[in-house]
Amino acid sequence: MKILIMGCGRTGAQLASMLDADGHQITILDTNDYSFHRLPPDFKGTALVGDGTSDETLMKAGIEKVDAFVAVTQGDNRNIMAAQIARHIFKVPRVILRVYDPLRRELYSKLGFDVFSPTVIFAQLLKDNLLGKG
Amino acid sequence: MYIIIVGGGKVGFHLAKALLTEGQEVLVIEKDRSRLDFITGELGGVCMAGDGCEASTLTEAGAARADMLIAVTGDDEDNLVSCQVAKLSFKVPRTTARINNPKNEKLFHMLGVDFTVSSINVILENIQQEVPTHVLTHLLNLQDRGLGIVEIRIPADSKSIGKKVKDISLPTGSMLILILRRDEEPRLITSATEIQTGDQIIALTPTVNEDLLKSALKGR
Repeated sequence: MKILIMGCGRTGAQLASMLDADGHQITILDTNDYSFHRLPPDFKGTALVGDGTSDETLMKAGIEKVDAFVAVTQGDNRNIMAAQIARHIFKVPRVILRVYDPLRRELYSKLGFDVFSPTVIFAQLLKDNLLGKG
Repeated sequence: MYIIIVGGGKVGFHLAKALLTEGQEVLVIEKDRSRLDFITGELGGVCMAGDGCEASTLTEAGAARADMLIAVTGDDEDNLVSCQVAKLSFKVPRTTARINNPKNEKLFHMLGVDFTVSSINVILENIQQEVPTHVLTHLLNLQDRGLGIVEIRIPADSKSIGKKVKDISLPTGSMLILILRRDEEPRLITSATEIQTGDQIIALTPTVNEDLLKSALKGR
């Protein structure tokens, strides 16, 4: 699969390296080139400096040909905006994003996006673990 | 009218002040404590602390009874999400977003924001108007209708010079309305009006046909 990932923080870099190791074709975007040090030395994908809420950058990153777009920057709203550009302007078949705020997660999930809230998931995990259901 | 303003920067503050003077009920939502203290000091208790993109803040702000939400922070993504949350979760009838990157205008409309204001576009157009070679200037955009009121200056090499309005082929929906000529009173354009060099024409046009209108009246 051709996958474009926006945000090369810990999550973005980890996901990129896992998918890259599985043989997928990865392009990863970040506004700060320092973030790319998180990628493993044998990373075969493309790392690109740029803002994923700009359609020019997204086009440079080849968004018109990708199978999936993943938005995992630190900013909920930035992820939400980029995901909507990917879906409505570039018609990317699969769009996944991270939204920390549980309420915003709910809203955009109602709009049909695959939205994950680490807040909700992790709290649930901790609770299950505490109560011995992990 | 109850109006919620998201973002208490320079734009938010002056907007709140103007709306209060008009007698509207206004609430400014601002994250930054010192900004909030400043606004409270200047305008009284019309500012609350919080993130205007969060549903819990908007609930507290009484968004469900708001007639309008205006998002004027310096970040386009925050303005977009604030308007979408207001519209989708609180059914706020009218949402307006300030746009910092002019390219986002189309996207915001597509994503349900009712009205957008791009400060950069406004500044650019005002400056362009002062450049003598600039043919078409926006005066007013009626975004709801997809129409714009524009000013056109007829350049010396325009192919329309000496022609009557009825003989010029204009794009669908475009209308020439007023003509302003040096040393003459402004008057309404009729089909018999003849175009001259230097004429300033006020026209109404569908935004999509703007380029066609421009090429119908500009130089060769």
